[in-house]
Amino acid sequence: MNDWHCVGNLEDLTPLEGRVVRVEGLGDLALFRTADEQLYALTDRCPHRGGPLSAGMVHGHKVTCPLHGWTLDLETGQVLGPDQGCVERYPVRLQGGQIYLQLEASPG
Amino acid sequence: MQESLIVVGNGMAAMRTLEKLLELAPDKYRITVFGAEPHAGYNRILLSSVLSGEKGMEEIVTHSHAWFAEQGIALHTGLPITAIDRRGKAVVDQHGERHAYDRLLLATGSHPILLPLPGKDLPGVVPFRDAWDVERMVSAAKEGGQAVVIGGGLLGLEAAVGLKNRGMEVTVVHLMDTLMERQLDAAAGALLKTELKSRGLSFRMPAESVAIIGESHVTGLQLKSGELLPADLLVMAVGIRPNADLAREAGLVCGRGVVVNDSLTTSDPAILAVGECVEHRGVVYGLVAPLFAQGEVLARHLADLPDAGSYEGSVVSTRLKVTGVDLFSGGEIHETAMDEVILFQDPARRIYKKLLVRDDRIRGVVLLGDTRDGAWYAQLMYQGEDIAPLRNHILFGDIQTGGTDQHDVANLADDHEVCGCNGVSKGHIVATTLDKGLTTLEEVRAHTKASSSCGSCTHIVEKILTAALGVDYEACSVKSLCCCTSLTSDEVREAVRDGAPQTVQEVMTRLHWSTPDGCPSCRPAINYYLTVFHPEHHQDEPTARFVNERFHANIQRDGTYSVVPRIFGGITAAQELRVIAELVERFAIPEVKFTGGQRLTLLGVKREQLPEVWGELARHGMVSGHAYGKAMRTVKTCVGDHWCRFGTQDSEKMGVKLEQLLWNSWTPHKVKLAVSGCPRNCAEATIKDIGVIAVDSGWEIHVGGNGGIKVRVTDLLVKVATMEEVCEWSAAFMQMYRREARYLERTAPWVERVGIDAIRAHLGNDGRRRALAESFHTAHAGLEDPWQARSLAPAAKRFAPLAIIPYQKERVA
Repeated sequence: MNDWHCVGNLEDLTPLEGRVVRVEGLGDLALFRTADEQLYALTDRCPHRGGPLSAGMVHGHKVTCPLHGWTLDLETGQVLGPDQGCVERYPVRLQGGQIYLQLEASPG
Repeated sequence: MQESLIVVGNGMAAMRTLEKLLELAPDKYRITVFGAEPHAGYNRILLSSVLSGEKGMEEIVTHSHAWFAEQGIALHTGLPITAIDRRGKAVVDQHGERHAYDRLLLATGSHPILLPLPGKDLPGVVPFRDAWDVERMVSAAKEGGQAVVIGGGLLGLEAAVGLKNRGMEVTVVHLMDTLMERQLDAAAGALLKTELKSRGLSFRMPAESVAIIGESHVTGLQLKSGELLPADLLVMAVGIRPNADLAREAGLVCGRGVVVNDSLTTSDPAILAVGECVEHRGVVYGLVAPLFAQGEVLARHLADLPDAGSYEGSVVSTRLKVTGVDLFSGGEIHETAMDEVILFQDPARRIYKKLLVRDDRIRGVVLLGDTRDGAWYAQLMYQGEDIAPLRNHILFGDIQTGGTDQHDVANLADDHEVCGCNGVSKGHIVATTLDKGLTTLEEVRAHTKASSSCGSCTHIVEKILTAALGVDYEACSVKSLCCCTSLTSDEVREAVRDGAPQTVQEVMTRLHWSTPDGCPSCRPAINYYLTVFHPEHHQDEPTARFVNERFHANIQRDGTYSVVPRIFGGITAAQELRVIAELVERFAIPEVKFTGGQRLTLLGVKREQLPEVWGELARHGMVSGHAYGKAMRTVKTCVGDHWCRFGTQDSEKMGVKLEQLLWNSWTPHKVKLAVSGCPRNCAEATIKDIGVIAVDSGWEIHVGGNGGIKVRVTDLLVKVATMEEVCEWSAAFMQMYRREARYLERTAPWVERVGIDAIRAHLGNDGRRRALAESFHTAHAGLEDPWQARSLAPAAKRFAPLAIIPYQKERVA
């Protein structure tokens, strides 16, 4: 569970564009690369109506869900603004141009 | 050297005069104000709200001691002036001290009339005039018990309802047989009485009081009829009389009040007077509007303006300030033989509206139960408007004649669903606004979701907000593009148009964006403006696009996508249908449906399936239908003279031509077209962005229609003879819209904003029209089908998961 899983090359992840990492037996995670080169992984399910966050727009350290515009903080997994909710976060790290992911969730 | 101006009285008339004077000539006078009451300036009209408990005394203060200090005005409260020494030009205060003046302004207001009844000086008998009277009534009401109010006029009824609200049993004794007989006719008076009775007030009328009974405190009121009304509190509200005592003793000419001329000057040129204490052209006023009008004129004279103007009297109107009882009255009440009466009565709903009309001019208004249009009628009356054109519907108010319906939200029930998209009621909006202290539309949207989806209820939400906040909310007419900038969409558009081709990020940096990389509102807007104004240089930025335009498919509520192949003019064939049918089976696409625009949509396609589905379509020559984009969507057609026995032109061919010409172009918002083959208009062209309708002699081009949130019928742009002309005009219109409209502005609001005449004039110029059409073609020459490009590696890779990993896995790093 504490293992780091290699999920691909950094260049496969365009800044500001989310990608899906499919974890069999767990579900989809959304992987993001921000303009300032931070990497984040969250459960790919908006707490509002389950929209795929991986298809949302990334701005700053935030992502806006494509379905109804809820915005989440990538660092905390918390929904921003007056809306309430959160998603799990997963540790991501970059090593030798490769992206690694740990599947132990921190609650949002 | 400043002159000395002494003002006796600090009521509403005095304060309005001083405010105006300070505006016109702030340094002309050294001003000293004497007030007999211990308060600074307060709004006397709202005393009834204080009495009823709806407001606190502190809420009705209009001018605090601090205000006087800031203005450099010396204010002496609780210090009555007892005499005027006109020869010595000085006033004498209660303590015998003299204060010299160059000019003296009397604003001594009025006294409440106290009936000369036996027992009138007993404790527990109070007039209703000032803050102290209200204090006494409020403290008496704390004990509960019975109150009798003598007087069924405006003040008496406000006092009675106020005391009832505070828990007393209240009886109103009125000398006349109609309540508020100076403002109401008998019918309206009777309705008002019914209404107030239902609120628990009792009435004795017509009834004459003969004595106030009590030993050490009032215990009752003896009526002439013999009835004895028990009373723990007796309020005398039978009227007011001008307080001209000082003036009279100083030898100024007085009638009922201090007599003034049209410049509000008394018989002594150094002494002026304003407000309830004056008599002007034989009339004494007791309502606020005329006093304010006097104050305005007087201030101009005090400022010695050359064109100070004159006060020529007022027509008065009244509102009863009893919450839940709506009453408005103005002008003349009782008709003469020369008058006509326009009347509306609905006793069940307690609504009564009467307009008194002479020579097609309103002379008087009485409204009960529904006073929303009071101000409008008053305006028509004061301005002497000819109401002949309005007579058919004038009693139904300004709404019907195209005025504002600002007041309408007041009538909505709390459980009325304002926002149909998100199921938000009026009550929820009001409660959340007040609870959370919201002041802007954006905040209300964020907290309640009202108007945050389709936006069609925005104007109602704004009105509810306005009503909830009163003056604190000001709707912003020009809004910034988003929270990242203070620039409006127009300003950003112009900056991009006039600037060099740049990336979205560079534009944001140049225009001093407050966020590092914008937000989902501004990035697509900037990207769009760059696409339109720098087509040859701008590299489209997918990250500045919403998912639908980034993926070229329409995201659905379950996270899958819809795929809509373009079917030009809505005319398909067996081969195309076969391709689609096979695709549906091969990819197990859950649903196929006809869209409103005569296309087939394949629903439930997964993200990772998209490139393959597109590849299959592209292989058979089919291209993107742009059903997902701010782009030209569809051209809907009827069969026209190709098949239809009524058809006048080949609408199918026209539609296909237009779609081939205009497809694959980004626009400020989605664009839908239709072509009908005859004026029967089966393709519903008159609710499209561009609607072409065939007539025998050619084609009509209509623009700016909408069948969505707010249905709008198109405006006729032009009538032309040939298909080529239709194409030229349509391309030119598209290009004008693309360049001039704001991002996310449909053609309907854009046409309304700039006006069809302006658009027609612009495109009517042959050279300009051709140039616009040409620039549209140039911008689109060589653009390839977005699906074909994305169906191939490496672009296709983006749609698949980056990796698929099992939940349990051995150590990797």
